[in-house]
Amino acid sequence: MTCAQTITDYAFRSIGMGERLLPRADYTLCQQFTLIGSGLIWNLYFAFLALAFGFVLANALAVAKASRNPWARGPANAFIFVFRGSPLFIQFFIAYEALVLLPRAGIDIFGITIQTSWLTRAWAGGLFVLILNTAAYSAQIFHGALMSVPKGDVEAADAYGMTGWTRFRRIIWPTTMRLAWPSYTNEAIFLFHATTLVYFSGFPAFQQRGDALYYASYFADKTFNPFVAYPIAAAYFIAVTLLLIWLFGRVNRRLNRHLPGQVRRVKYRPQIMR
Amino acid sequence: MFSYCTDPSLLEGSAWLSCYLTSGTHLLFYGSFGTVLLLLAITAPVALLFGFGGAMASRSRIWPVRMFGKLYTSMVRGIPDILFFLFVPIALDQGFEWMRAKALCATDAPIRQGNDFVVCAAAKLPLSSSPPWVHDTYGIFLAVIAFSVVFGAFAANVLYGAMRAVPRAQLETAEAYGMSPRQVTRRVLIPQMWTYALPGLSNLWMILIKATPLLFLLGVEDIVYWARELGGSKTSAFSYPHPDWRLYYFLGILVFYLLMTFVSERVLGRVARRLSRGQAMMGAGGIA
Repeated sequence: MTCAQTITDYAFRSIGMGERLLPRADYTLCQQFTLIGSGLIWNLYFAFLALAFGFVLANALAVAKASRNPWARGPANAFIFVFRGSPLFIQFFIAYEALVLLPRAGIDIFGITIQTSWLTRAWAGGLFVLILNTAAYSAQIFHGALMSVPKGDVEAADAYGMTGWTRFRRIIWPTTMRLAWPSYTNEAIFLFHATTLVYFSGFPAFQQRGDALYYASYFADKTFNPFVAYPIAAAYFIAVTLLLIWLFGRVNRRLNRHLPGQVRRVKYRPQIMR
Repeated sequence: MFSYCTDPSLLEGSAWLSCYLTSGTHLLFYGSFGTVLLLLAITAPVALLFGFGGAMASRSRIWPVRMFGKLYTSMVRGIPDILFFLFVPIALDQGFEWMRAKALCATDAPIRQGNDFVVCAAAKLPLSSSPPWVHDTYGIFLAVIAFSVVFGAFAANVLYGAMRAVPRAQLETAEAYGMSPRQVTRRVLIPQMWTYALPGLSNLWMILIKATPLLFLLGVEDIVYWARELGGSKTSAFSYPHPDWRLYYFLGILVFYLLMTFVSERVLGRVARRLSRGQAMMGAGGIA
């Protein structure tokens, strides 16, 4: 079998397209590269959607945490404490076990049956946990940035007669993002790395459709040789991480474009790992 | 455990629960919390040592050593830690067995035969004749190494940054007093860097706590293993039949971790205030 044939067979194996059976013997390098790369689709899917939804939720949480109203501050603090204080691995297990307990037949609400079985699948349940998790970590970052918005900026906005939503949207929020961005870049990188946990926690890989690390460990188990499959997966992850850094660096430059020479380099800090 | 526990099927209510929660397997479950704490207690200093080595290597004046240090510190930035946890134990195990096979086996047969890794019985680790506790200890040993490699790399990042954060003037003053480079490192750089390293190291400790459930992936019988084992639904064939209770077991573990991180945060905050006393830094007043 040629490598081109392998690629057409397995390039989208992880989302259920192409050849159904995984290779069983004589594992070639090409097969390993293709299948592990195919699994990377899931890592990108989880990372992209979790970051997108988590970003919105994190902004709301950060504002709530900074609020004077205890009814907003309390729940936000509790949410952030629980999701930052416990391992993501355990959160996956809890979410899975809780979602499994939902009635199989669906929930009846006003005569409409809401299906629940899809929630126990990794694409939904795993994504849900990742969104909440990254929201908590990002909210902590955004809250810190919100607290360090220069007072002068806010006073200047006041002097121009800006209040409420306008002041927040035009002055406070852009500065918050500018200050938070280097840390947020780290959060994005580690969230991307954390997506590898989904298929190693409670969530089963339906029909052997898993992520990059799932296939890497599949090959390592079958060939009993960790020195090929894992480095391939590592190479993929390094490549995507570099891409992420470049992408977030572009955004960082744009956020700081009115302050030439002040662009803070995105520094690596392993503060926000799970 | 208690005298009235001899026939659990007759028990009800709190008596049943007290017997259930003190059954033999539950005692093993409680013991596995000790495994987690033991792993933390061993890994933290070993990882710090690895990190120190990595940071010193990346500052070395010898090119290969510096390259090694840079490679070691930067590998965790691009590669997920879980990949290391899967890779390091099996790679180490095969490495040890390969070396032992070269030394102990009489045959010249290749070790890697297709999809098999074959060594003679004498080179197996642990030996198939050794008691179960040796197998367990060997498993935990590999886990400790895997954790130390990964967290050593994180710590190396922190310490490298902390060494660069020590004000240049302090080192120059030491040089002006006629200290050799080694003396400067030992007498000024290393004592001074801790206060800069502490925030990063505290974070690392939190990360380490939250990484301990990954022991489950390494095949160690840790709290996650027992929670799944004990929580799964038990038919009447068991002495204590019950439906699927895994959720409650995992919630218990969640509370354990929340407590651990909460207490750690408090203690580390105190240490930080202590260490920054008398330093010309922002947090010296006790704000940080």
